[in-house]
Amino acid sequence: MQSNPQNKHEKVEKNVGLFFLFTVFAISIGGLVEITPLFFQKELSQPVDNLKPYTALQMEGRDIYIREGCSNCHSQMIRPFRAETERYGHYSVAGEHVWEHPFLWGSKRTGPDLARVGGRYSDDWHIAHLLDPRSVVPESNMPAFKWLAENQLNGEITGKKLETFNWLTRNRSHKDENGNAIPLYTQAEIDGAKDAVKGKTEMDALVAYLQSLGHALK
Amino acid sequence: MSSFWNIWVWVLTLGSLVGCFLLLRWCLKNFAGVEEGESMGHSFDGIEELNNPLPKWWSTFFLLTIIWAFGYIAMYGLGAWTGLLGWKSSNQGILNLAESKAKTLEYLNKDSGVLVQYDREIAQADAKYGPIFEAYAARSIEDLATDAEALKVGQRLFIQNCSQCHGSDARGTTGFPNLADKDWLYGGTPEQIKETIMHGRKAVGMMAWAGAVGGEQGVKEVAAYVISLSGRSVNADLAKAGKAKFAICAGCHGSEGQGSLALGLPMGAPNLSDNTWLYGGSQRAIEESIRNGRAGVMPAWQNILGEEKVHVISAYVYSLSQD
Repeated sequence: MQSNPQNKHEKVEKNVGLFFLFTVFAISIGGLVEITPLFFQKELSQPVDNLKPYTALQMEGRDIYIREGCSNCHSQMIRPFRAETERYGHYSVAGEHVWEHPFLWGSKRTGPDLARVGGRYSDDWHIAHLLDPRSVVPESNMPAFKWLAENQLNGEITGKKLETFNWLTRNRSHKDENGNAIPLYTQAEIDGAKDAVKGKTEMDALVAYLQSLGHALK
Repeated sequence: MSSFWNIWVWVLTLGSLVGCFLLLRWCLKNFAGVEEGESMGHSFDGIEELNNPLPKWWSTFFLLTIIWAFGYIAMYGLGAWTGLLGWKSSNQGILNLAESKAKTLEYLNKDSGVLVQYDREIAQADAKYGPIFEAYAARSIEDLATDAEALKVGQRLFIQNCSQCHGSDARGTTGFPNLADKDWLYGGTPEQIKETIMHGRKAVGMMAWAGAVGGEQGVKEVAAYVISLSGRSVNADLAKAGKAKFAICAGCHGSEGQGSLALGLPMGAPNLSDNTWLYGGSQRAIEESIRNGRAGVMPAWQNILGEEKVHVISAYVYSLSQD
């Protein structure tokens, strides 16, 4: 097979490094246009007025939500369609999620959306439902999470988690009247985090987290 | 959007469109130095690569997508420019509900030049369904409870929002009251039902009584007495001992176990003498209630559903216990 010096396309075909560079260039344009500017938009970095940080217990619950893979079946993103807002409430806005690391929006709904599930059910319902979903929703295909009620939180790194979130949200926290950033957690809250979750089970934490969802937009 | 990012978006978008066009034009030329239809000099397993041009239908469609892109940008905008339609899906920049409402009102006005798809959809639905709910709101719950159409609406809303706890037939389950019988915790008049749904209820909460009634033996005794209240047969000695200890229960459940509603108190302490059991009527379930306590909570729905819908649901719930 001889090469043809006039065929410029052959240079790309025969040089995988160059082909890689061209490919990266081509597919990066969409991201550069659609994603990068968003990092610098006010509406994507300013918390809604009533956004409150998770308490130590809710933070532990959030981590259990992640661990158990809840977001594989439950979204936390109400889209702006009447069919969704009639069922779940006001559509989700960016300012409700600016402190989330990682986002738990999910992309699939085997179960319902949970973005505003807080306050819709009693704690008792959540406990009954997590222990045995079909005891309250007969047609449910959600698995039972019986171990949550047995596992105790040890709280060893709860304070560290709060501290980490102070750092992660340092440019997106609420501001006081002088424009200074208010960290999500005070040092006292970080120091007291271990005691705050003492004696609580993973069930308590997860229910506390679920009950905290969706109250920020008031 | 700052002017920097605005320019960034415009330059990259238009640049890539022009780039796509130039790439297409270049590829349409015969740049290989080989006559069209002749061999490129490659042969793989006996398959020869010929210098064939791009199919015409393909390059035409490629060109059409580029033209389409300009039309799309003109209609829907780019960067900070909102386009000829002024279209957006929703108001994402809001920081509270008041702002959300203000923006909706502002953009529903045709002169604003902004078309918010979601707000438009809601306005259309309101125009259609608003008068129906308004007419329902003007009628009393008793009256609505005899209107088959209203009850259908109420049932739909009930199944969507209430059935998770109370069941799709409203007959409840352990810990969640049956709404289709005449046994009420907070009252079964239309006003009381609506009040319950609007603002929710929080049972004063039964504490864990195991210690106060004298440990496991005491729990057994009180349970036996409670079971005897609805006429079931129990060990008479146990029940007698339990009766002596029932005084501490009477504060909420009444001296005869008739429940807080019979006493006119909104505490949510069930009637223990009617053989209807919120948390189960087996000896074990009753002992469990005494040992560890119970506290039911009904969430408030005013802010989630609004009063008009609660009114219709109230009528549906009220109708269930009417013969």
